[in-house]
Amino acid sequence: MFADWPILSLLIWLPILGGFLTLAAGRDAPDIAWRLGLAFAGATFLASLFLWIGFERGTPEMQFQEFTSWIAAFNVNYHLGVDGISMPLILLTTLTTVLVAIAARDSVKDRLAYYLAAFLIMQGLMIGMFSALDAVLFYVFFEAMLIPMFIVIGVWGGPRRVYATIKFFLYTFLGSVFMLIALIYMYLQSGSFAILDFHHLPLPMTAQILIFLAFLAAFAVKIPMFPVHTWLPDAHVEAPTGGSVILAAIMLKIGGYGFLRFSLPITPDAAAVLDVLMITLSLIAVVYIGLVALIQSDMKKLIAYSSIAHMGFVTLGFFIAFMIFRNTGDWDGASLGIAGGMVQMISHGFISAAMFLAVGVLYDRLHSRNIADYGGVVNTMPWFAAFFVLFAMANTGLPGTSGFVGEFMVILAAFRADFWLAFLAATTLILAAGYTLWLVKRVIFGEIGNDNVAGLKDLTPREFLVMGVLAFFVLLLGIWPAPLLDVMNATIDHLVAHIAQSKLPAL
Amino acid sequence: MNFEIPAFLPALPEMFVLGMACLILVIDVFLPDNRRDVTYGLVQATLVVAAGLTLWLAGPETQITFHGTFVADPISDVLKLAVYLVTFLVFLYARPYLMERDIYKGEFYVLGLFGVLGMMVMISAHNFLTLYLGLELLALVSYALVAFWRDSARASEAAMKYFVLGALASGLLLYGLSMIYGMTGSLDIATVAAALQAADEGMNVPLVFGLVFVVVALAFKLGAVPFHMWVPDVYDGAPTAVTLFIATAPKIAGFALVMRLLVEGLGPLHGDWGDMLMVLAVLSLAVGNVIAIAQTSLKRMFAYSTIAHVGFLFMGILAGTETGYASAMFYIIVYALTAAGGFGMIILLSGRGFEADQLDDFRGLGQRSPWFAFMMLLLLFSMAGVPPTVGFFAKLAVIQAAIGAGHVWLGVYAVIFSIIGAFYYLRVVKLMFFDAPPTEEQPALNRGGAFATALSVNGLAVLFLGLFPGLLLTLTHYAVAG
Repeated sequence: MFADWPILSLLIWLPILGGFLTLAAGRDAPDIAWRLGLAFAGATFLASLFLWIGFERGTPEMQFQEFTSWIAAFNVNYHLGVDGISMPLILLTTLTTVLVAIAARDSVKDRLAYYLAAFLIMQGLMIGMFSALDAVLFYVFFEAMLIPMFIVIGVWGGPRRVYATIKFFLYTFLGSVFMLIALIYMYLQSGSFAILDFHHLPLPMTAQILIFLAFLAAFAVKIPMFPVHTWLPDAHVEAPTGGSVILAAIMLKIGGYGFLRFSLPITPDAAAVLDVLMITLSLIAVVYIGLVALIQSDMKKLIAYSSIAHMGFVTLGFFIAFMIFRNTGDWDGASLGIAGGMVQMISHGFISAAMFLAVGVLYDRLHSRNIADYGGVVNTMPWFAAFFVLFAMANTGLPGTSGFVGEFMVILAAFRADFWLAFLAATTLILAAGYTLWLVKRVIFGEIGNDNVAGLKDLTPREFLVMGVLAFFVLLLGIWPAPLLDVMNATIDHLVAHIAQSKLPAL
Repeated sequence: MNFEIPAFLPALPEMFVLGMACLILVIDVFLPDNRRDVTYGLVQATLVVAAGLTLWLAGPETQITFHGTFVADPISDVLKLAVYLVTFLVFLYARPYLMERDIYKGEFYVLGLFGVLGMMVMISAHNFLTLYLGLELLALVSYALVAFWRDSARASEAAMKYFVLGALASGLLLYGLSMIYGMTGSLDIATVAAALQAADEGMNVPLVFGLVFVVVALAFKLGAVPFHMWVPDVYDGAPTAVTLFIATAPKIAGFALVMRLLVEGLGPLHGDWGDMLMVLAVLSLAVGNVIAIAQTSLKRMFAYSTIAHVGFLFMGILAGTETGYASAMFYIIVYALTAAGGFGMIILLSGRGFEADQLDDFRGLGQRSPWFAFMMLLLLFSMAGVPPTVGFFAKLAVIQAAIGAGHVWLGVYAVIFSIIGAFYYLRVVKLMFFDAPPTEEQPALNRGGAFATALSVNGLAVLFLGLFPGLLLTLTHYAVAG
């Protein structure tokens, strides 16, 4: 019933417009800016619910499509549409932005209107990126998004913010320009920039491998994979709370989304050849980065490394598909890994957002991210401690929380491929439990560490609301993941059927 | 011998600009110093009327007149309109700068108008001599303009450098053209092309010998590596208002020069000059982008960035396809517009006795004036080629043309250097938004309504054309396809 409405355009342009309005109206009045910004973020979230309601389950077709010619000279079109992969990510984006906008009231004292405007504009661009079905349109959103994030980290970030933000920008820019070359190459082959046309474009092996590597450069930096992950801890640590939340919850998912939308369907043969590389890198991320996370003394850095390890799980789930097929000849198991990766992405969106917001709550009070500056927080902030422990458990993948579902599916898929792979992947549960619970022990439990901690005040109602919403989703997804899987299943089955076909041109 | 009266109508804009330039020169002599605005107004009105005339005469057909020396075709119409527009902005931005230095003289504007005439002649030339005539008219005007601020020793030094190297380049061009004349027996562009088409292999060596000189001269004039040494010194030494002039519209005319000379005249030698341009492009991209990082002066940084942009321009042209030429044309128009805005920003920040041409002068602009910092942000991201600004589509177009012509590695090479380029543009953004304003007193940013409006329109145009690049792209494709 909503299929004919231009909901996607609304979701893209409403927050962008809202961002500029917030900027214009609230420059000298933080109260007005906050109300206005929150209103736009909320309206966008409500509008995005129509996507969830109106989305037709059980079909892999693109839905809510919009099509207008944009640049006739290059056959570039303003073509939007969502399927079961992109739709949940758009909802995650709209929800997270609302939470960031709420949390901004307490944590941002300086130039609040600019801060909110940057996040609203970024939100519109991210939704545009998730819904673009034209490669140039995708690339424009993909790159444009860097500008507000660059400014958010650079203006509101920590002491080394300038270094971190320039590193962030150049790293991601570096990755994406190679993708641009690949897109142009495919345009010259196919005469169109439509992503769905690329899916059906036959490509010889050499071209596929080069294109795959170009996409890998773009998405591996974004997700991020070992060894191009080093921008992430810097950016996360220096970014303000809201920046970290959006980075972890949404921006990292763009890499995963890119693999599913571009790498796998466009270059399935190259992916099948290079899957050992991808699986190896994923496992290095899971194990090595997990160990690195153990020794961090900075809370944000610890969570940042934990994000990289969790994203390693996502890429493992995506690329294990080919190995399962080789070892068993069965594509059904393959969809399990991809679905697990998707669930993991959504779940990590909630959990990492919650963890960063929780650290933000502490940081707003004591202006320190150092684990050593805390201890015994539970004595002064019982509500906060309860939430923090819940999110930490979810981060370790405790059954009943959303973290468990995705990890379980991926490990199950890994078992079908190879026992030792599954074994290595499963060490993440131990490592994650190690660094997360040790963090909880040092920060939350024990005797009150110092006078500062003794003077802490528990959550304000606003903070309570934000934490509560996230806790709700973490538990909901953990106990009852079926609605999410229903949305994704048809698309993932279609994707698996698609990558099972060789795209090498017939000789 | 019959003497035909040529058709004058296609050259009406040129004749009008010439007449007005002479007239304004006389009027200006009789004006007292406090009435200079009359000269300014007349010059701007001339540009507007010339634009009107060009639009009125514009059509899809190609008209050749004055015995084959002058051509009016779609590409000349579009390029001339771009020149008027950019020059209009330049004159507007230059006004407060000149006033504050007590050099708000009629000569600047009259010389500028003659420069515009030179560009128009270059754009419409259909004979090597006409081309040279236009080029020299523009060059002489540029030398004079750089030296225009008599009290500035640096400007005089820059003018000397510019003059010596420019004269050398003109000499090389003439020498190369004379070789080609010797082999083909004509200076008429169409005749030369036809003669080359019919030529056999044996003629190639002397022709390529002449071609080398022509390409070197073009590289000198456009500032491509390794003939770029004058660019930073002249950009930096000249008064900002003059840098603004020579950095923008003449690049569009330079593109016309390359089109008329290499593509229309020496098109059959594409295999030879394509390779030469490739070497120039490869070097320009590397040197321009890398050395720009080391600059502390914004004018010098823009100078090196221009060199890199010329590399991109050549990438489009060397593809040798219609798409390539259209992309290069798109690129150069976008570049001229963006550069005009960039130098306009320097003038905005400058004041009496204060040049604002150092990177540090942009420190904290985000706090002093969020709006203009935003405009500068758009201009810088456009130069860096970040969407959604138009600079991205300019780069996309030329890279696509190069890949389409089979030079995939050149596309990869160009994007790698555009990442390196992004760093120094980002550094300015960093200074504007992340650093606190300097503590010492800064001149107020009040430049009057017209200036602020023009600069804002300039900045927003970069965004608008980025959101709707189809308009300008279609226009350039139409112009090139003729």
